[in-house]
Amino acid sequence: MSAGKLRVEGLVKRYGDRVVLDGIDLSVDEHQVVCLIGPSGSGKSTLLRCIDLLEPIDGGRVLLDGEDITAPGVNANSIRRRIGIVFQSFNLFPHMRVLDNVTLGPRKAAKVPKAEAEARAMELLDRLAVAEHAQKYPEQLSGGQQQRVALARSLVADPEILLLDEVTSALDPELVGEVLSAIRSLAAEGMTIVMATHEMGFAREVAHRIDFLHEGRVLESGPPSQLLKDPTQERTRQFLKRVIEAGRL
Amino acid sequence: MTGPDPVVPPLVPGPGPGIFGARLGSGRSREEGARAALVATASTVVFLVVAAVLITRSPNWPEVRHQFFDPDAFRESWPDVLHGFWTDMKIFAISIVVIPVLALVLAVARSFRGPAFFPLKALAICFIDVMRGIPMILLILLLGFGVPALQLSGVPSGAFFWGVAALALSYAAYTAEILRAGIDAVPESQRASARAIGLTQGQALRHAILPQAIRNVIPALMNTVVSLQKDVALISVLGVREAVREAQIYTSRTFNYTSYVAAAVLFLAVSIPLVRVVDHLTTRDRARRSQVAV
Repeated sequence: MSAGKLRVEGLVKRYGDRVVLDGIDLSVDEHQVVCLIGPSGSGKSTLLRCIDLLEPIDGGRVLLDGEDITAPGVNANSIRRRIGIVFQSFNLFPHMRVLDNVTLGPRKAAKVPKAEAEARAMELLDRLAVAEHAQKYPEQLSGGQQQRVALARSLVADPEILLLDEVTSALDPELVGEVLSAIRSLAAEGMTIVMATHEMGFAREVAHRIDFLHEGRVLESGPPSQLLKDPTQERTRQFLKRVIEAGRL
Repeated sequence: MTGPDPVVPPLVPGPGPGIFGARLGSGRSREEGARAALVATASTVVFLVVAAVLITRSPNWPEVRHQFFDPDAFRESWPDVLHGFWTDMKIFAISIVVIPVLALVLAVARSFRGPAFFPLKALAICFIDVMRGIPMILLILLLGFGVPALQLSGVPSGAFFWGVAALALSYAAYTAEILRAGIDAVPESQRASARAIGLTQGQALRHAILPQAIRNVIPALMNTVVSLQKDVALISVLGVREAVREAQIYTSRTFNYTSYVAAAVLFLAVSIPLVRVVDHLTTRDRARRSQVAV
């Protein structure tokens, strides 16, 4: 495998005695979309949080463009600006208007002038079809709108890679589509994406590769056509069977 | 602390008082409402008249009136008590600026994470424990009489200074604990998303966590303001000539307690409006929260 945009090598994460990530290896090339699937508790969210340096890790390393970002002495704040992350429950700042939510990062972390940050933010909000809500507070928006604002917030710093942590799981079913179509167009434009998801249909459509996580390990990895139809591992088969029974594939 | 205009429009357009009012009033006609108000007024007047008659007819009333409600004593003591009350308000004004700053520093120090910050955190916890564990009046005596007695050079030696310092330190410890509760109540995910957009720990605190934390505890903070407004009188034990001290001086000279009542009237004149404003803010805050839940 080539050097890749993002490489995770032997990543270990423990909470107390519980091993959440048990030696994860993962590689994502530029412009590639990788979907992480697996039962809850398999470590998908923790993996994404570790990649964004939001959690201290207990072993292994993460490389971004070949640079070890988990090495001691690395400026985590500047690394986080190069990586965008969107969470399951949006996590917008409730006390700030939509526009301020999006511009906070550029203005405070990157010291971009206000006017410039706002122009860029409005451009993104417009693309994500939430520009008309720029002056509203998050609580006045639907879940789907909030999640698109969260997408704008993570994209405003022009990240090199986008991490999506079950971004549609907290949404009402009728609002899932609008968020997925936003992600679809990002993928089509060549954004490098790692996405933890339960939306198997979407994964099949946009992912270049699907990684199946089980108990903190990547158990199986392959193109959607193979992994979803003809998995090699029994665990993967069982998981997919349950997903199919739930009507999600 | 309170805005100049208490009738600020709500943050979020939503079901305003008009809608609630209409819903409340829907079962009742306007005439019935007016009649209810009339009955309430009448019964209150009757109650007050009966109470007044009973009290003034009681055999001990003349003595009580002479001791506590003597108009001449009131008039005589009023200027000094009022002048002293002005000192109370000065103490209040200084404290209300100093306390939040101290409290914020303590609360932030206490909520620091990471082993590198441990000494700072331990210091904050120690300070808060000690300040909260000592009766305020003891702390005032200790600093107000004790420190000036040391006659340290370069250190202020006024009772006023050290009295205010003791009050501020004690209140800062309490306020810090309120703020910490507010900080703890902000979901961890908010910190994560602030760090995720590249903010430093300090920036995350300043822009994402603290605004939410303070909003969480506004009612508790306002109650602290109300109690601070009265506790300023504790400094009288140092001999600072504020309202209570002035009243005491008058009483010890004349053996009449009306001057205390005069001081009480002054404190009430500030605290009752303050309490009403606090109630209003608390109700508005609750309304805002329930709107969010809808």
